[in-house]
Amino acid sequence: MRGILRQRVGSYMTVHEALNSALDEEMSADPNVFLMGEEYLCSNLHFLYQISIGLLKKYGPGRVFDTPITEAGFTGIGIGAAYHGLKPIVEFMTFNFSMQAIDHIINSAAKMNHMSAGQISVPIVFRGPNGAIAGAGAQHSHCFAAWYASCPGLKVLAPYSSEDARGLLKAAIRDPDPVVFLENTFLYEESFPVSEEVLGSNFFLPIGKAKIEREGKDVTITAFSRMVGYALKAAEILEKEGISAEVINLRSIRPLDRATINASVRKTSRLVTVEDGFPQHGVGSEICTSVIEESFSSLDAPVERITGADVPVPYNEDLERKSLPQVEDIVRAARRTCNCLA
Amino acid sequence: MALAHVASSTSRSNLLRPISAFISPNLRRQLSTDDTRTLTIETSVPFTSHNCESPSRSVETTPSELLSFFRDMATMRRMEIAADSLYKAKLIRGFCHLYDGQEAVAVGMEAAITKKDSIITAYRDHCTFLGRGGTLLEVFSELMGRIDGCSKGKGGSMHFYKKNSGFYGGHGIVGAQVPLGCGLAFAQKYKKDGTVTFALYGDGAANQGQLFEALNISALWDLPAILVCENNHYGMGTAEWRAAKSPSYYKRGDYVPGLKVDGMDALAVKQACKFAKEHALENGPIILEMDTYRYHGHSMSDPGSTYRTRDEISGVRQERDPIERIRKLILSHDLATEKELKDTEKEVRKLVDDAIAQAKESPMPEPHELFTNVYAKGYGVEAFGADRKEVRAVLP
Repeated sequence: MRGILRQRVGSYMTVHEALNSALDEEMSADPNVFLMGEEYLCSNLHFLYQISIGLLKKYGPGRVFDTPITEAGFTGIGIGAAYHGLKPIVEFMTFNFSMQAIDHIINSAAKMNHMSAGQISVPIVFRGPNGAIAGAGAQHSHCFAAWYASCPGLKVLAPYSSEDARGLLKAAIRDPDPVVFLENTFLYEESFPVSEEVLGSNFFLPIGKAKIEREGKDVTITAFSRMVGYALKAAEILEKEGISAEVINLRSIRPLDRATINASVRKTSRLVTVEDGFPQHGVGSEICTSVIEESFSSLDAPVERITGADVPVPYNEDLERKSLPQVEDIVRAARRTCNCLA
Repeated sequence: MALAHVASSTSRSNLLRPISAFISPNLRRQLSTDDTRTLTIETSVPFTSHNCESPSRSVETTPSELLSFFRDMATMRRMEIAADSLYKAKLIRGFCHLYDGQEAVAVGMEAAITKKDSIITAYRDHCTFLGRGGTLLEVFSELMGRIDGCSKGKGGSMHFYKKNSGFYGGHGIVGAQVPLGCGLAFAQKYKKDGTVTFALYGDGAANQGQLFEALNISALWDLPAILVCENNHYGMGTAEWRAAKSPSYYKRGDYVPGLKVDGMDALAVKQACKFAKEHALENGPIILEMDTYRYHGHSMSDPGSTYRTRDEISGVRQERDPIERIRKLILSHDLATEKELKDTEKEVRKLVDDAIAQAKESPMPEPHELFTNVYAKGYGVEAFGADRKEVRAVLP
């Protein structure tokens, strides 16, 4: 059972196809899985990412529900359906709009299993694009990884590659807890190689495990989502300068794979964290602290974090570029850690 | 003899056990001949409707049902008064929102539906929980934070749940329970259950935007959702006319039909809920406005007398008290004597006292319970206490 679109060449798949095929397979396997989101009925608007393309036609309006533009209402309805035992996948057109529903995500979903002492679990997935979108302005470019990942009771996943997209989305849908699934618009059309195993209908990735995308020995660079690609490019540049960077793709923001991160830093003794969200109280802050707590004696340099600028994301292209991490920022930070006298 | 029988069943006390198990011998003799007799009783006032037909004012009931209404409401009343004392004795902490005065809504609703239907409400949930089959022991244990509580002491007053009999809580955020309730109705329709959801909210929550969002979707998708506004005329300390431009809550659904009901009349509530269930299964959402009243303030931190007069409160108690209404009906139809009803109240009082005593014996949760049920499936991840170098746990 593979995706609806057949645009794969050889064994490559775009993230868009990966997500679409994951949704298709999980809907096929479990009749309690259903989709809810805006604009599912009109597929010709240019701004829509259409991750669910073809699914309404295949499964019908009894499985794919088109909602009005009322996030608080439909998110609450999705969570109520999950209380009763269904498995909703609620789409936010972007996670910026999830703020209208954030009370439900936190208070009605995340905390419910604990408050009810296990009586009511909430098997729901909230998915959609997160973070910067080119030229979209401040209100449409916010990264929510840190906010959601701070809340006990939620799981927060951020895929990078097509393998991540398929494996993590399938795991999220099968998971009995509320999962915030943070996609990225820049990655939707990127193509990645996928193995036969990844294409299998029972393929899924473990939640809470990071992936070492590139092994190295001089500095650990952690990243998630789009920034993984930037970190890999930075690693290539650093290689030419004689610095061997280990790039970790977090995959899971909560639970955070502290074990893999710390093991890597104990090997390399240097850390650079990368994210495109706001710096204060960000994902990098948590990773840096974890490393200081667990691997202090291994560090040969202060921990470094590369993040989005501490300003709302502006519209002008140059300013926008300056407000988000670029490859050279990651390279510079890695060099700093290596230039430090131990 | 009858009291001893009652005492031994305290630990299994269940409001829905057959009334004959608890009734004194005298009453049982009387009932055995008249048990199945149907009585037709008029509601206190006719129903007022919006965009639909009103159900009839004549409600069918039985002596057994009226006696169980009396007993159930007396239990709820006694339970809430006892909770008041426990709160003042500092055995209950945090927030405690009492329902005394509103019992007819919980009891009338249960008479019209089954445990396969769902109920969801906000934080004034003790009596609704009891009506759904919860026990006095579970209530008092939870209020005192003990492990025999319905949420094992981790929820508290505002977070009672009983999923296996269709009670979904127990929610602290005003208004949030209404979209959640529409979601329950969505699932019932999706699964083709033939059941409905009653989503209860107050006059304070009635102005929340998310209600209209959920109602819009419910009407578009024909969900079997019944929105029940328990209008006790005060949202916390604010009178309805100060908070709502239109306090005709049964009309606020606009395109969604509505019914205004005397919420102090258990029979009217039963009739309205029966009507609403039939309507919702056929035609989608409907709003019920229960005209009711709470004797206590909003919560235990609110005396309830700074924004209402004592005359108003005592006036309602004299003219409209739901238990007194049923008592008068029982007496006027010769279903029991005054002494028998007083004996029932004494039995109820003892049941409540016994449950409190038992709840006080229930242990506090162990420290490791801090970390249980964070997730349904924790994958063995680590969680931390206040000092993470001191306290770590693995989430199973």
